[in-house]
Amino acid sequence: MSDIYLDNNATTQVDPAVVEEMLPFFTEQFGNPSSLHCFGNQVGHALKRARKQVQRLLGAEFESEIIFTSCGSESDSTAILSALRAQPERREIITTVVEHPAVLNLCEHLETEGYTVHKLEVDNRGRLDIGAYQSLLSDRVAVVSVMWANNETGTLFPVEKMAEMAHEAGVMFHTDAVQAVGKIPMDLENSAIHMLSVSGHKLHAPKGVGVLYLKRGTRFRPLLRGGHQERGRRAGTENVASIVGLGKAAELALGAMAFENSEVKAMRDHLEQGILEAVPNCFVAGDPDNRLPNTASIAFEYIEGEAILLLLNKVGIAASSGSACTSGSLEPSHVMRAMGIPYTAAHGTVRFSLSRYNTMDEMERVIAEVPSIVAKLRKLSPYWGEAGPLEDPEQAFSPVYA
Amino acid sequence: MWNYSEKVKEHFFDPKNSGAVAAANAIGEVGSISCGDALRLTLKVNPETEVIEDAGFQTFGCGSAIASSSALTEIIKGKTLDEALTVTNQDIADFLDGLPPEKMHCSVMGREALQAAVANYRGEEWKDDHEEGALICKCFAIDEVMIEETIISNNLRTVEEVTNYTKAGGGCSSCHEGIEGVLTRVLAEKGEAFVPAGIGGAVAAPASAPVKTAASAGTSVGGSLLKRIRIIESVLDKLRPALQADGGDVELAEVDGKTIYVHLTGACSGCQMAAMTLGGIQQQLIEALGEFVKVLPDTEMPVAVEA
Repeated sequence: MSDIYLDNNATTQVDPAVVEEMLPFFTEQFGNPSSLHCFGNQVGHALKRARKQVQRLLGAEFESEIIFTSCGSESDSTAILSALRAQPERREIITTVVEHPAVLNLCEHLETEGYTVHKLEVDNRGRLDIGAYQSLLSDRVAVVSVMWANNETGTLFPVEKMAEMAHEAGVMFHTDAVQAVGKIPMDLENSAIHMLSVSGHKLHAPKGVGVLYLKRGTRFRPLLRGGHQERGRRAGTENVASIVGLGKAAELALGAMAFENSEVKAMRDHLEQGILEAVPNCFVAGDPDNRLPNTASIAFEYIEGEAILLLLNKVGIAASSGSACTSGSLEPSHVMRAMGIPYTAAHGTVRFSLSRYNTMDEMERVIAEVPSIVAKLRKLSPYWGEAGPLEDPEQAFSPVYA
Repeated sequence: MWNYSEKVKEHFFDPKNSGAVAAANAIGEVGSISCGDALRLTLKVNPETEVIEDAGFQTFGCGSAIASSSALTEIIKGKTLDEALTVTNQDIADFLDGLPPEKMHCSVMGREALQAAVANYRGEEWKDDHEEGALICKCFAIDEVMIEETIISNNLRTVEEVTNYTKAGGGCSSCHEGIEGVLTRVLAEKGEAFVPAGIGGAVAAPASAPVKTAASAGTSVGGSLLKRIRIIESVLDKLRPALQADGGDVELAEVDGKTIYVHLTGACSGCQMAAMTLGGIQQQLIEALGEFVKVLPDTEMPVAVEA
């Protein structure tokens, strides 16, 4: 039996049609798009086509609003640092406590350089307090950076509304949309979003290519200066093959949007229900009513995520965890902690993230495997008794030497 | 995913001695659910001989925490309490054919549970003097709390000093930004500012092609053997506190041209990190002497030199 890949929020398989599209640009059309000769004469056209394909997926008004970068993180850094450099008199940033490290670590670093960073809190389902956000908007704020969809829970933030609020207050708005692009229909032309980050490898394009959407007219300062590439907004010879691949992937994603929101969603719901029914003491993390169609984040109480993943991997199931141990840090996922998920469950959170390549049969196999894996680890756990969790487990097993 | 050894996988997938021992008379509990790992060790100790007749573990934690618990119980079964207490966390890691640096704390938890269980049996109070922070130096598995405490108790001011005292930053140097961050914070608490020593990035000679490091500290000291030995001794003196903190020590054994033999003792000898420690000493000596030298353990000394 082949392995089951349920870690698509981490990265995705490159679609074979995307690979096909890319190959000529390694061997035949390998010229520099800036060159005049025939080795590159189709390269410029290919870039233009890819830009159009991405433009359509994002619903952007102009193709020149698409800037190709090396990854989602570069797009995030470019957007935030551009806003700060273009408006040096503004020294504040608004973001959220549950952002991806690409934004959060940058903001924490900027704090050491004297910027004030406001991190919006979330409630126990991962939702923002829009009133609190409104009260922070001022002419001291250079940029708001809020993710469209959370990578761990799939929870969606109302970024279109938040962008309008920022726009009315005269504040730039950036969204890290790497998890949302390709899964949520977008119409950036009619939104107030100024900047948006895309990552190729989250939507079946290769790793090492991303996009920064930059609404026409938004004040901008490049991160990389040098050559004239990307209209002088991102220097460096274009990663042509990958850009072509991303264009094709964008076209495919647009075509599969309905499938993602019906079939993939149905598989996710089936998987989630199946596990919740078969395993005691587990629950869904995040906002089940408002999230990506492909993500299920399930917290298994009294066991640790990495151990779950290792046992899943042994039976050919790939998932991921917000547990501290998978990242080498001591704290469990900042997203789980921000939602107030108790430590008894936060360490045991497992994320199953699907793609359009998964099947219902695979979901059945996962549902069949998970209960015994959880039971095996609970049998080892000092917090779990013969028939269930110890009564008041944190009291019952509370070593003095913590 | 982690690069776990086959032995770690074996003890994780098929743990030995899981569950509590019936009629246990020594129980050690360490860790907490907030830290992400917790271990209850139950032992059945023969009151006549103090031999550990049975051992069982219950662990909440990751793959290596479970494997370390399993390994611990296998190691100590059949030993007397005194013998068991000589088991170090390194022994547990070695039993598992090594653990990734980020996971060494799992073996530490095993050793602490053992100490707690023995203390429990003997009716003593066991004190945990070990607090863990976020891992800063991955080469030598040194965490933030250790760096912070060492900076405070020794009035350290530079990254180089932190490396000399804790080894942190002495390997690949990627964590120097992190160390500077800790220094900045700790010094700020004392009302002082962190001043970097320079631009860093001393030019070292590649081992394969020894060259004079004119671009670094200056010209080669060369010349008098006595002068060189004095410099070598002063470098070793500077490094000594860090090694002693780990229960080891270093002595100069012999200088043979460009090859310097040192004698590692205590915890350093046979330690997995010995090679990296030697690398760190070599780096410091190259910088201080301004020439390329090779540092080898005295066990590799040719017989003629040894005599």
